[in-house]
Amino acid sequence: MQRKALKLAALGLAAALIGGPALADGKTKVGFVYVGPVGDHGWSYEHDQSRLAVEAEFGDKVETTYVEKVSEGPDAERVIQQLARSGHDLIFTTSFGFMNPTLKVAKQFPKVKFEHATGFKRAPNLATYSARFYEGRTVIGLIAGKMTKTNTVGYIASFPIPEVVRGINAAYLAAKSVNPDVKFKVIWVSTWFDPGKEADAAKALIDQGADVLMQHTDSPAAMQVAEERGIYAFGQASDMKRFGPNAQLTSIVDNWAPYYIARVKAVMDGTWESTDTWDGIKPGMVGIAPLSDKLPADVKALAQQAIDDIVAGTRHSFTGPINKQDGSPWLKAGETASDGDLASMNFYVEGVEGALPK
Amino acid sequence: MIRLEPRPTASTAMIYIAPAAAILLSMAAGMGLFWALGEDPVRGIGMVFIEPLTDWFYISEISVKGTPLLLIAIGLSFGFRAGIWNIGAEGQFTVGALAGGATALALYDMEGLWVLPLMALASIAAGMAWAAIPAFLRTRLNTNEILVTLMLTYVATHILSILVHGPLKDPTGFNFPESRLFHDAATVPVLFEGARAHVGLLAAFLVVAVAWLTLRYHVFGFQMKVTGQAPRAARFAGFVQPRAVWACLLISGGLAGFAGMLEAAGPVGQLVPAIPVGYGFTAIIVAFLGRLQPLGILFASFVMALTYIGGEAAQIDMNLPNAITGVFQGMFLFLLLGIDVLTRYRVRRIPRRPAPSAALRGA
Repeated sequence: MQRKALKLAALGLAAALIGGPALADGKTKVGFVYVGPVGDHGWSYEHDQSRLAVEAEFGDKVETTYVEKVSEGPDAERVIQQLARSGHDLIFTTSFGFMNPTLKVAKQFPKVKFEHATGFKRAPNLATYSARFYEGRTVIGLIAGKMTKTNTVGYIASFPIPEVVRGINAAYLAAKSVNPDVKFKVIWVSTWFDPGKEADAAKALIDQGADVLMQHTDSPAAMQVAEERGIYAFGQASDMKRFGPNAQLTSIVDNWAPYYIARVKAVMDGTWESTDTWDGIKPGMVGIAPLSDKLPADVKALAQQAIDDIVAGTRHSFTGPINKQDGSPWLKAGETASDGDLASMNFYVEGVEGALPK
Repeated sequence: MIRLEPRPTASTAMIYIAPAAAILLSMAAGMGLFWALGEDPVRGIGMVFIEPLTDWFYISEISVKGTPLLLIAIGLSFGFRAGIWNIGAEGQFTVGALAGGATALALYDMEGLWVLPLMALASIAAGMAWAAIPAFLRTRLNTNEILVTLMLTYVATHILSILVHGPLKDPTGFNFPESRLFHDAATVPVLFEGARAHVGLLAAFLVVAVAWLTLRYHVFGFQMKVTGQAPRAARFAGFVQPRAVWACLLISGGLAGFAGMLEAAGPVGQLVPAIPVGYGFTAIIVAFLGRLQPLGILFASFVMALTYIGGEAAQIDMNLPNAITGVFQGMFLFLLLGIDVLTRYRVRRIPRRPAPSAALRGA
């Protein structure tokens, strides 16, 4: 219903705007490009929730557009260009694969502001932003280490890029710190969103003895499998409790709303600059969904303490001594990982089994 | 009672009316769909089918989408005439992109006008090699080429994925799964400054012309027709079936591979895991919508490209779901096949025969 109302509103706005430039009536036009469907209940869904938050915040001073299910191939450039051509002032491209197309279009439209999520290429009118999801991974890693009875945590991973590898390492280090016998089994599904594949991976992991599941993919399929099979799981990107009311222990929740609102405001005020933002739990970009009642009090306290420490800045997910998987030293005792190391992480830490796909 | 009776000869008029009728009926059904979604049907259909034709930007993008569809569909049409079903052009497209892209990366920063032709040759050879597998299996072991070509598509996608995650990965790209951007000499030149339409379009037009001449004047075109329509007659005439299998699969594989290279070195400009976006499958619809005729395919690939661009425009301007494009493409094929029944059969009203129909009513 909400969607319907929105559509009508957008239709009215679009009709009102035909024939005139966007800024003529003082509205700021903001475009969003999603890699998945807004109904993925994960990554793209949360970006869209934050888009709605932008609308709620600025009301009729802003007009937003989204394009969903844009493939990270040749079509992305056209979609971004169409948004730039149709008078959008600010365009968020929300998947890594949009990096080069966004850069190309940004060069052609120097007056339009662009924001690319999770990439590393910037320009005077192209900013980047991402979230320190690994901080959330530390929290769920601690819980997983405590809650697994088989000492086996199943992990459904998408692509072996630094962001995903970082998540596995952070979760493993946290789990290991409270449960020295814990083992992680990782399955790479080579997709961000494919409910069928994700469910198959979940089943395979459970059959291999995993009794707690984590995922770095976007659909709630694994959560549903966990619910069916009576084991625990952590949601990804979004609170997935309604897909696994008994299974979900908590979720890492992406909350782009404060960032999007701030950036739209900056465009309105004329103070927008190309920046590189990497926010975590403290500024609220990474949220932790309410902890499940299935958690014993001591585990809840442990998780809450970790959250508090991360917010206070006294706990870093990667604090030495940490060796790489091959045994070579990475961080000395007490040393924390630099952002540069984190941004390019392409190795497992010591103790994670298996090889990174090449 | 209504019965379908085979026509003695297929209706010539219907052969040409059917695709046009399928498109018009799809548009009518689409308007119904827009209406059901609570949108203005006229505005919706105009957004998808008319609006993109009023702007050079869209026309350029239609050619970007249409070029691979055209190349692949022309290649497929030879085999489809002869009853040789290459369903895996998507895979041949992928290996073509991969071979062309790998060549570009191997020659990184080398200048020269020979770089692009070399990439083209590599991609055609790769597409042919990929299609040679089902050709070999079909002619030697009598395997079903529909299954083999289709399944090899998934193999190709995985090989592309493995290579861009590994050896072909951008060394300065933070382990992200994509190659570096091709250098200028390895990038397909655009036709007009500032647009993405590229010289691949001209190559595709050339292929259409050659295909048209082949079908009209060359004995190979005749052989394909006869092999498909009357295999026994073809054998008596001395047309060798295995040779037709090889020829059709190699032609379609080579053209699909070439289309893949144009895509990677054209609008994309690098190798990424998402290079295959379904052109190989959509081209099957294009081939049939174009009646397996080169000029028909030219028209059909243009219409199909239009639905991609128009569907996107409708999504952006009217906030309609992305599924619009797929719905129209599906309706084209569905309605075409439905109407096609009428080209081969005619509808006859038959007087009721009391006994069986009474029994049927009772049932």
